Amino acid sequence: MRRVALIAVPYAWLLTLFLIPFLIVFKISLSDMALAIPPYTPTLNDGLAALIAGLDFENFVFLTTDDLYYKAYLSSLQIALFSTLMTLLVGYPIAYGMARAPQEWRATLMMLVILPFWTSFLIRVYAWVGILSNEGVLNQFLLWLGLVSEPLTILNTTTAVYIGIVYTYLPFMILPIYAALDRMDDSLIEAAEDLGCSRLTAFWLVTIPLSRNGIIAGCFLVFIPALGEFVIPSLLGGSGTLMIGKVLFEEFFNNRDWPVASAVAVILLLILIVPIVLFQRNQQRQAEAEQ
Amino acid sequence: MSETVFAPWEDPNEKPLIRFQNVTKRFGDFVAIDDLTLDIYAQEFFALLGPSGCGKTTMMRMLAGFETVSDGRIELSGQDIGRVPPNKRAVNMMFQSYALFPHLSVWENIAFGLKRGSMPKEQIAARVDEMLKLTRLEKFAQRKPHQISGGQRQRVALARSLAKAPKLLLLDEPLGALDKKLRQDTQFELMDIQETTGTTFVIVTHDQEEAMTVASRVAVMDEGRIIQVATPAQIYEAPNSVYVADFIGDVNILTGTVKSAGDERYHVDWAVNQPPVLATSAKPFSDGQECHLAIRPEKILISPTKPEDAENAVQGKILDIAYLGNLSTYHVELPGGQIIKAQTANTRRISRRNFTWEDPVWISWSATAGVLLDQ
Repeated sequence: MRRVALIAVPYAWLLTLFLIPFLIVFKISLSDMALAIPPYTPTLNDGLAALIAGLDFENFVFLTTDDLYYKAYLSSLQIALFSTLMTLLVGYPIAYGMARAPQEWRATLMMLVILPFWTSFLIRVYAWVGILSNEGVLNQFLLWLGLVSEPLTILNTTTAVYIGIVYTYLPFMILPIYAALDRMDDSLIEAAEDLGCSRLTAFWLVTIPLSRNGIIAGCFLVFIPALGEFVIPSLLGGSGTLMIGKVLFEEFFNNRDWPVASAVAVILLLILIVPIVLFQRNQQRQAEAEQ
Repeated sequence: MSETVFAPWEDPNEKPLIRFQNVTKRFGDFVAIDDLTLDIYAQEFFALLGPSGCGKTTMMRMLAGFETVSDGRIELSGQDIGRVPPNKRAVNMMFQSYALFPHLSVWENIAFGLKRGSMPKEQIAARVDEMLKLTRLEKFAQRKPHQISGGQRQRVALARSLAKAPKLLLLDEPLGALDKKLRQDTQFELMDIQETTGTTFVIVTHDQEEAMTVASRVAVMDEGRIIQVATPAQIYEAPNSVYVADFIGDVNILTGTVKSAGDERYHVDWAVNQPPVLATSAKPFSDGQECHLAIRPEKILISPTKPEDAENAVQGKILDIAYLGNLSTYHVELPGGQIIKAQTANTRRISRRNFTWEDPVWISWSATAGVLLDQ
């Protein structure tokens, strides 16, 4: 009995905070737009029979007719994939350096990684506007150095989105990789060298495989939120950057087309289920390996 | 018979495999190895023994190439290896933590070193199988290190370090992680493998019993210096200093002054209210010189009455009895308050034991039982 009660708590939590909201969104995605409050029809006020009769997959069909949507999905996937890769390339050396740093330095370094979380995410992204704009800190610095004669246009390009995503999600990449590298026994590298590896082959054959789970976890932790990212592309990306998060926002608030917006959200969720399941499996395998 | 005894260190024509020449290793201000000179010969099972921090691990890491030499040189087969990186040395190491690659199977762990060279695949497979057979691990070849027991992991580590057939195998506390019973069995296994493969083994240990069991020669170290290098029997029976005598096994140290009694015999005046004891020493001592007489507890006899023909006999009473099963150690308090340890083999059952607490007893030993030391 106690066991049932114990399991009931997380189930109830997931049910009320995940499954029910999803079902509501899913229901709206099957509805039609209406000039009313709420801005869709049918609702429960129409009676259950009329409600069920009024639902259809029209909005999903609509998503396939306008190429904006699939382009937005593809572009989001591309940006998320590429920025995950860049975050990995930036994050791995940092995590490696932290794990190799003297013991007394590690807590401070860890603190420095976590420190940005103390400021609002929105403010930090706004700060990048100040850095990247034509009159921004970066351009002034480059002009002062004489490296460029005209300010570079970075803000409102995809490059700015990449910079924003890499900056924002870097800690999510660093922490799991650091955790994996920190656990690693230094004598493994010595053993590899002793058995004939150069420093580089030892890194490739021992360090990388042993931090694999950290790399996978970090990549998912960056990829999953980056795919639906809205704030960074709308603040830094300008109109040229097409991302599904932005499309979603526009459907909801500019067009007030809740049913189509919900359909976009449902598809986004379906796309994300694949990496989330893969992530879960990675975590589980890691837990098993450590037993 | 004596010709077949393995003792290359006594042959002046024999070339050592490893030669430490005035090697010093400093870490900042700390001197880990202090002007150390040592020869180790091919096919030896050489033990570096000492308390933690004595520099034994540093010596091993210098041999493996993980530490550079601050001064002096280290030769392997006559060649200076001071600047040779670890991956270019014909030396392999078995790590204290075993350092098995957790992401590779037992088979792949053993093959790891072989794959780094240009050895053809079939030859690698044959060599790995040979190693698996040597260490009786055939059944576990496909397991991952976390799926086998501690003793099996130890054997994988040994197989992996032996796979490349190194000239020299370094073993860093190889049995430290095993429980006592398994450790004893494994000691003999190590000796067998050493003999079968003919590899030179250098083992680092803080366990004197382990060093005595496996090694052909033992170097006792303290604070970056070698105090004595000798066979286990010599180290035990003829230590060159109180430090060595005290470090290896149990010992009674009587400190006093000597007076010659002629013919390599000396009287040691060691306590005001005790008659001087008689000891022999091939090493000359001058009258009045300070000395230490080291006597092993098992060389001291304990008896209820004064033994008639003993060269040295003292009366005391039993303060403590440490019963170890096969042996009993008696702590005998002398009238002056000194405590002497005497050990006897328990050839009888405990119920018929001769002595108990507070019993007045005589302890006695012969003149040749102890070693007279000047430091």
